[in-house]
Amino acid sequence: MIELVRELAGTYGPSGREDEIRGVIRKKISGKVDELYTDTLGNLIAVKKGNGKRIMLAAHMDEIGVVATYIEENGFIRFSNIGGVSPVFSLGQRVRFANGVCGCVCYEEKLKEPKDLNFSKMFIDIGTNSRERTMEYVSPGDIAVFEAGTIEQNGRYISKALDDRIGCAVLIELIGQLNEVKNEIAFVFTVQEEVGLRGAGTAAYAIKPDLAVAVDVTNTGDTPGCNPLSIELGKGAAVMIKDGRTISHPLVKNKLIDLAKRFDIQYQLEVIEKGGNDAGSIHTTAGGIPSGGVSIPCRYMHSPCEMVDAGDVKNVVKLLKAFIQSED
Amino acid sequence: MIRTLIELTKIDGVSGDEEQVRKYIEERVEKYGLEHMTDTIGNLIVRAGENSGNLKVMLAAHMDEVGLIINHITDDGKLKFAAVGGFDTRILTGQHVRIGDSKIPGVIGYKSIHLQEKKERESAVKLKDLYIDIGAKDREDAEKYIKLGDFAAFSSEPVFFGKNRLKAKALDDRAGCAVLLELVKEKWPFELYACFTVQEEVGLRGATVAAKRVAPDIAVVIEGTTCADVPEVSGHEISTEIGKGPALTFIDRTAIADSILLRHFESTAKKESIPFQWKQTVSGGNDAGKIQVSGSGVRVIAVSVPCRYIHSPVSVLDIYDLENTKELVKKALLTLPLVFDGRQKND
Repeated sequence: MIELVRELAGTYGPSGREDEIRGVIRKKISGKVDELYTDTLGNLIAVKKGNGKRIMLAAHMDEIGVVATYIEENGFIRFSNIGGVSPVFSLGQRVRFANGVCGCVCYEEKLKEPKDLNFSKMFIDIGTNSRERTMEYVSPGDIAVFEAGTIEQNGRYISKALDDRIGCAVLIELIGQLNEVKNEIAFVFTVQEEVGLRGAGTAAYAIKPDLAVAVDVTNTGDTPGCNPLSIELGKGAAVMIKDGRTISHPLVKNKLIDLAKRFDIQYQLEVIEKGGNDAGSIHTTAGGIPSGGVSIPCRYMHSPCEMVDAGDVKNVVKLLKAFIQSED
Repeated sequence: MIRTLIELTKIDGVSGDEEQVRKYIEERVEKYGLEHMTDTIGNLIVRAGENSGNLKVMLAAHMDEVGLIINHITDDGKLKFAAVGGFDTRILTGQHVRIGDSKIPGVIGYKSIHLQEKKERESAVKLKDLYIDIGAKDREDAEKYIKLGDFAAFSSEPVFFGKNRLKAKALDDRAGCAVLLELVKEKWPFELYACFTVQEEVGLRGATVAAKRVAPDIAVVIEGTTCADVPEVSGHEISTEIGKGPALTFIDRTAIADSILLRHFESTAKKESIPFQWKQTVSGGNDAGKIQVSGSGVRVIAVSVPCRYIHSPVSVLDIYDLENTKELVKKALLTLPLVFDGRQKND
């Protein structure tokens, strides 16, 4: 698993520019599904044929990043965020553009207070000293992702972009484990989740599944001084009850909980006030689709050191496998 | 085109009350002999081009403008109001407005400076403290002319000034409407629907509905966008500059431009020597946001005419920017079938 996670998390794929990560995923699953295609917005859709219910599982391929907006005369790149990027987490990080060019994220030294930190006071340095030189590598509109390695330590994966490459890894793992299925399963690797759940809705509109489950990461409440939240790393798959965008459909939620109990799969319940995942745009499209979520608890979300528990990931795979094989 | 734009900016069409603008545009497309329809929410959809079977393009420009809506009449006959769409409340004091179907003239008032507390003088005036004065002597008198729910639009006549500049209200997005009215006259080698949308300023609502009906492969949104080439704004905070050509948006808060379209528009501008610029800030949004996620997804791009003092009665654009916006969209669309088949797969 760690090798798969490392490869997925290390591949370039910010929102709206998912071509490279899509290529990597496509290679991993081609030949293992009955249908494999990319839709207009760039969602990768892999279908295992069956005669039962049509079930959609969605994990987003895109990751947060930064977009170059302006090149200074002395070569520094001004930028803005793609998705929920924290100025504080970005400081001192390396970013990498699609062409491999790396830059350091720095800030205007006159700034005294961290609260004054915002993207318009920050810049990316790629080591050039003129606009012309920078423009040889980077133009306004080019998007970079954060750069950080992937490690496994104490039963945990630590990496950038586990949100949501860990979800992609879960789907790939499931595709590998499944042989014949009774239900028809659409595994959808979605685009533009981080900028507003945009890909999942259009994919679901075309697929029109009977049930849908978003497979994404979720915040935890188990670190020093964090806001109260009863989700912990290592306590199992998180069955979504509600988040800021979706109230899980009873059909999906109850079935997941029943299956977890029946097969003795460790799970916890996810009740979140803010934020949302792909279920948010899936459940209101095409006349309404009963939707829910199975989440992988994740610390330090949207930072270069997101952390998930390997055991939780296994439980998520187990639970989803039971779900898509269930014939009731 | 500039004459059309001037006429369009004289018409009032606050979001939700676009009828007069639609009428004007409808008459024009009737003259061109184009098939058209108005949908339930009020979008005017005009069909142009031939059905070649493999590419359907949607053009969108919104008819509505920011304005006010009357929500209370005081005992002494003053009108209280809410904002329709977003703007800086500081621009309101002292403005002339026209209210309702009868275009009742009014002025926006605020207590005079010697009556303001120190705190009030130093901070932006709040919407709730402003009122519209129509010269009525009391509520009963005001009610003869005004009813609750009437829309009020800025009253601001278009004026040419400086070199090639036009000052007017509602350039956002009558500029786009004027461009569309030119483009529908062209001969298109594919199916093209020009959508004059409603309620953009209050949440991209009309475009959501229009896109669902048209179900295009590709959409080009033509907008008026912010300009920030004004004193005390430094290089990287300037969204666009007036007079430097149409602005292409790579990303804003509602949409990410399709990369094939973005490259095609950029290379078309370079090949045809049409000046263009990047919209350098990623704030704001437009109809592209809703069109992109319509149905099973649509490839989108937004091309904008830079406008200074947008969402105010004194917006300013450069007439060459307007002309070049039309040229860029026209040239890029005409060559679109050469580089792009609407149903092509991504991989």
